[in-house]
Amino acid sequence: MSSSSDEDESYKMYKDRPEWNDVKSVPQDDGPAPVVQIAYSEKFKDVFDYFRAVMAMNEKSERALELTGSAIELNPANYTVWHYRREVLKALKKDIAVEMKFLSQIIMEQQKNYQVWHHRRALVEWSQDFSEELDFTADIISRDQKNYHAWQHRQWVIQEFEQWDGELDFIDKLLEQDVRNNSAWNERYFVIEHTTGFTDEVVEREIEYAIKKINLATKNESAWSYLRGVLQDKGLTWSKSLCDQIHSWRGEGLRSPHLAAFLLDMFDEDLEKKKCDVNKTMDKVRSLCKELAEDTDTVRRKYWNFVLQRMTKEYEVK
Amino acid sequence: MDWLEKGDGDMKLNDDEGLATYSSIEQEGVEHNVMKKFKDFEELMDIQPEIFLTRDRHIDYLLKGLNMLSKSYECLDASRPWLCYWIVHSLNLLEEEIPGVMKSRICKFLGKCQHPKGGFGGGPGQIAHLAPTYAAVNCLSCLQTEEAYNTINRNTLLEFLWRMRQADGSFTMHDDGETDTRSIYCAVSAASLTGLLNEDLELFNNSVQWLVRCQTYEGGMGGCPGAEAHGGYTFCGYAALVILDHYKLVDTDRMLRWVTNKQMKMEGGFQGRTNKLVDACYSFWQGGLLPLIHNTLEQEGGVEGEVAEAQETWLYDQMALQHYVLHCCQCSFGGLIDKPGKSRDYYHTCYALSGLSSSQHCPNNHAIHVGPKTNVLVAVHPAYNLTYDSVQKAMHHFGNLPLPSQ
Repeated sequence: MSSSSDEDESYKMYKDRPEWNDVKSVPQDDGPAPVVQIAYSEKFKDVFDYFRAVMAMNEKSERALELTGSAIELNPANYTVWHYRREVLKALKKDIAVEMKFLSQIIMEQQKNYQVWHHRRALVEWSQDFSEELDFTADIISRDQKNYHAWQHRQWVIQEFEQWDGELDFIDKLLEQDVRNNSAWNERYFVIEHTTGFTDEVVEREIEYAIKKINLATKNESAWSYLRGVLQDKGLTWSKSLCDQIHSWRGEGLRSPHLAAFLLDMFDEDLEKKKCDVNKTMDKVRSLCKELAEDTDTVRRKYWNFVLQRMTKEYEVK
Repeated sequence: MDWLEKGDGDMKLNDDEGLATYSSIEQEGVEHNVMKKFKDFEELMDIQPEIFLTRDRHIDYLLKGLNMLSKSYECLDASRPWLCYWIVHSLNLLEEEIPGVMKSRICKFLGKCQHPKGGFGGGPGQIAHLAPTYAAVNCLSCLQTEEAYNTINRNTLLEFLWRMRQADGSFTMHDDGETDTRSIYCAVSAASLTGLLNEDLELFNNSVQWLVRCQTYEGGMGGCPGAEAHGGYTFCGYAALVILDHYKLVDTDRMLRWVTNKQMKMEGGFQGRTNKLVDACYSFWQGGLLPLIHNTLEQEGGVEGEVAEAQETWLYDQMALQHYVLHCCQCSFGGLIDKPGKSRDYYHTCYALSGLSSSQHCPNNHAIHVGPKTNVLVAVHPAYNLTYDSVQKAMHHFGNLPLPSQ
């Protein structure tokens, strides 16, 4: 963005603009022997020397607004400039829709920058106009399915303005494209948590959903984490059909470490609730931990050994 | 690299199970590049059997940046205290002495970044922001001189922290700025090091509750309640809770399961979120959680007695992490990188080295290291990411000072 305007012949340095004649620019005060000195271009220095002058004068004018635009183009991460721009927008009572258009273009070019997304939230808060937000975030997400800022902004809009309808469908489509998109899974939990909640009926439904997705890719951690998540309050052994499914998968010889880990935690629950033969179950636990630590999930060997030792200490009949 | 030799290399590689999606395709690409690095080294093992941390090259890169940075760093013009911290802390880890004259220059520059109303900005004349405030306080703590400590105006710092505080216990990063998990950590860390944290301080009254709400169903923490579990935010949230002594409010078991699952079985490094790619910076944000969790487990009586191995090492594969950083993330011109194919920068240099250090130093103070002993870095305090000396000296200095009146 900034490099193209370096070669832009119509660009005039602020020091050469007659309409800025009355302003004395303020050079940066790094002190006499600065460190981490950046080799600023002449253009960069010029813009920020004038920005410092404008801030010192507290000028809230159209030309000040334009200046913040130049500064933002050169360093979109300069939060002081964005903050000042917001003050100028307020002082001049600028049309928020126009600002939003300007901002949307910048976000397209700087999708992972904190300041642009915060500015967007500020504009939506002022105008209370959230009408473009779902489409906009959907667009960004279509380009980068896991953009953290986009998802966070989307969650804020949905919660603040109660726009829950249609979000589960949106998530479904994303998971159809990439069942491993953890941001989409997280959104699913978020929506359900804030709408229906995890009632018995909803949990049954979500278990079926997760099972379907697991069958597509049994080593997909996202689906397994989600399954655990929906059963957080009820416990992993709550659903008999799920227990049957787990054992069925094991029976088929599925090697997914997440499956073994899930089964392990089911045994943990059984042991805790004293619903089983301790010795027989601990034998199975030992065998699972060994499988994970030595075969299918060796990078987590220390963790699995720790889990085994903890369970042994807790349940083993001495 | 015994795991490569064991022949279960096939199990290590990503198995898309016949369903290729964007996530699995990206992952395979990275594994291909990483595998190449490991194999290149294996091929040269007859000539060069050991992997070296190329200290001198990294030191040169760091010293150069401490002085001057190219035009491409204009994008970090609002993060210059960060550059100071990343560089100075990295030099500390590498045991490179910084001359007194240079230390003084750094102090004076950071003084220029300090705002009259308290806190530090990203550069001279910029408004205060919690991130450069955290970085400045950390950097000054690294310098360990009277001049460094005296640079910080504790009175106005406390006023700044109060201004950033919101009713629900969260903190905005700057005046009318965004709120997320980072801000509480930055505030807690800076307050803690400068002796502003005491029992009467109501500043963080409901911050703990806000942080706990950031733990997701996955077990990690997000940037705000509801947001996806992410290594950077999890570190910030959990370290803040540790400093505030409220770490027990988190579901430790779920967090432990989540973070250990973030270690990549092939690469050895950590990913930031489920089904995303490895990145050397997570060596610290994720890897650095394990020492903190270990402490919690010890307090709860979970790591003791028969669990001898857990007592002696952290609960993740420290050697695999070191292999990743040393083989795959050292730039041949000095500095460290995210993953093969990426360019070096001071942020990744700092956090790759910090993560490396964290993985080298075990619970009972003994060191385990890939390569020669000269690869071992100075140990870091897991909650502050500073050397223990730096933390101790800062707290000792400020601890003796009276609290500012509010």
